[in-house]
Amino acid sequence: MDLQEYFSLVFTDYTLRTITLGTAILGAVCGMLGSFAVLRKQSLLGDAISHAALPGIAIAFLITGAKDSNVLLLGALVSGLIGTFWIRGIISKTHLKSDTALGLILSVFFGFGMLLLTFIQKQPNANQAGLDKYLFGQAATLVESDVWLMALVTGICLIVLLLFWKEFKILLFDADYTKTLGFNTKFIDILITVFIVLAIVLGLQTVGVVLMSAMLLAPAAAARQWTNSLGVMVFLAALFGAFAGVFGTAVSASQNNLSTGPVIVIVAGIFVLISFIFSPSRGLLFKQIRFIKNRRDLQLHKTLAFMYNIAETHEDISHPHAIKILNNFQGYTRNTLQKLVDKNYVFLQGNTWSLTPEGFKTAANLYNQQSINNE
Amino acid sequence: MSSAQIEIQLIASLVAIACAIPGTFLVLRKMAMISDAISHSILPGIVIGFFITQNLNSPLLILLAAVTGIITVILVEYIQKTGLVKEDTAIGLVFPALFSIGVILIAKNANDVHLDVDAVLLGELAFAPFDRLLLFGTDVGPKSLWIIGVILIITIGLLFAFFKELKVSTFDAGLASALGFSPVIMHYGLMSVASVTTVSAFDAVGAILVVALMIAPAATAYLLTTDLKKMLGYAISFGVFSAISGYWVAHWLDASIAGSITTMLGLLFFLVYLFAPNKGLIAVIYRERRQRIEVSLLTFLLHLGNHQEIEERHVNHLSEHINWHKVRSKTVLDLALKNNMVTIDKNIVSLTEKGKDFTKQAIDYIITNEDSQIEHMKEDFFLFRG
Repeated sequence: MDLQEYFSLVFTDYTLRTITLGTAILGAVCGMLGSFAVLRKQSLLGDAISHAALPGIAIAFLITGAKDSNVLLLGALVSGLIGTFWIRGIISKTHLKSDTALGLILSVFFGFGMLLLTFIQKQPNANQAGLDKYLFGQAATLVESDVWLMALVTGICLIVLLLFWKEFKILLFDADYTKTLGFNTKFIDILITVFIVLAIVLGLQTVGVVLMSAMLLAPAAAARQWTNSLGVMVFLAALFGAFAGVFGTAVSASQNNLSTGPVIVIVAGIFVLISFIFSPSRGLLFKQIRFIKNRRDLQLHKTLAFMYNIAETHEDISHPHAIKILNNFQGYTRNTLQKLVDKNYVFLQGNTWSLTPEGFKTAANLYNQQSINNE
Repeated sequence: MSSAQIEIQLIASLVAIACAIPGTFLVLRKMAMISDAISHSILPGIVIGFFITQNLNSPLLILLAAVTGIITVILVEYIQKTGLVKEDTAIGLVFPALFSIGVILIAKNANDVHLDVDAVLLGELAFAPFDRLLLFGTDVGPKSLWIIGVILIITIGLLFAFFKELKVSTFDAGLASALGFSPVIMHYGLMSVASVTTVSAFDAVGAILVVALMIAPAATAYLLTTDLKKMLGYAISFGVFSAISGYWVAHWLDASIAGSITTMLGLLFFLVYLFAPNKGLIAVIYRERRQRIEVSLLTFLLHLGNHQEIEERHVNHLSEHINWHKVRSKTVLDLALKNNMVTIDKNIVSLTEKGKDFTKQAIDYIITNEDSQIEHMKEDFFLFRG
């Protein structure tokens, strides 16, 4: 199946439609909540939570003995929340730093989850096969009810986001101020954290424990480059996430042996790369161009100032000088000279140059302007 | 115990030691998450190395994977330097991308060879003794034992050779560069050791356990001591203890050895987290409560000092006046009595000479806010000790 075929089939084929819708919704909700995670400097929390959810899945299975994905997700949610609050406990009550707490909880919970999973595998229960799909995710196992659940959670999340928009925003940028205004910061904080955990847990089935953090971060990191407004950023991140989901599914469906999770992550990674390079205000490309342009301007000014210093010593400002004397000066190149001529600052005649009255005036004002600015 | 069992425990212990040493420095340098990133992003290096050599134990594979680890560190630092995103976001972006490339490479090319992601991530220590190293036709032991042994010897050698430098550059990068050894070289040296250790340990114990063995023992040790040498020692012993006890738990449950060692590490950390003498949760909560009461006591004494009127100093009035609940006022009053700072005469509380003295000094301390003043106060007035 190639890409074209995929897009013609996506509206008619049940499996493709379900998976595409599922990954798109997942991408959108992750992008939305991921924006908050990125701005709160909790980017790696997603990684830790997704790993910490694993023992919950195993324990939920051990208790119920059934592979109902809703029950398993509930287990994942509980264990993810325990992990999150333990991380906070470690950071606030001991002198261990956040990176240590994250890495510790991540690896310990994941290891415990693996212990339970291997323990389950040895149990005489035919039902246990397929639990390891939560490790790397399998979008192909999505069914319509999963997609409905995702849509429901996304809807609730959207409503809560709109209801508490002001509170979330102010907490994000100035937590102390929020507290003095009398908001219950603890409640808002817990609310947003719970939703982040919820989004991660939802994604486990599709992209898996290991890659979930990228799902949360990449759309938000890409969106951050295009705007300085929180609302626009959340919207863009949701859009990027949804597109990454759809494209990733399309690419992985059109090739053999490609699991969806990694492809979605790669697509999202490409979005980030493009944003890093081509974003107009923050992007590396335009930053470099601006840098080069500024340097050129500076060189031009330096040359002009040098010429001005020479011309100043003569009574007649347009007294011609040999081009050769400019050679000793660092900022001088044939190009800068040509540019000065183009701007009508300098008049060339054979091997000599002279400042035009306009050029003399500009050069005289070069440093005045600066000193005015400095005042 | 069969010889295979002994060998497994030996490998696990050696891995634990080899991980604990760089792990301690990573935790102290606040770079613990880098080890997680490295452990994931070495995957493409391993896959490419495997395609070239077709052998999971070849030195070239370890080298390539270690190079990928260092590339991860460089990429993270580059992205961070552009200022577009913060460091943690940079880490969170780089390693899933590299890991995804590895997974896709495996999926596209390695269908017919034995290399799957589970094995890389989780490892299987139980199979380690079956992969023997034959030297001149004689069996000299499991391959992973030799690999990790060599890495461990190199790590220990580097640790002894550069201990001073590592110590200074960890705690004071500025001083280190002033003294003439570049923190950058130290940084990349440490990163290289961490990468090589991760790679050499991964196929025995899996990438996740490597992370756990690096971070958990060091974090546990950090709660118990602030001395670098002691911390290294504690971390190593915690690692080895978990490795051996974890093996037996796994043996008993018939489950993954790596998972069970990690669980032991987690349990150990949990116990220390709760009960560590000065920095454990219980100690911290106790201290916070004590400090709260001390502050309350001070407020109470100040109130007494400011009021000569009898009605202001009546026991029943106090709880209303300073807005305290009954229990709290009673605790504070008892404490003040025990320390001979107040006397109660017909339910009227009055300050003693000692109490007046204490209040005066406390006010001095609050006004000047110099730590040196509170030090001798602690000696003069035994609040909780006397």
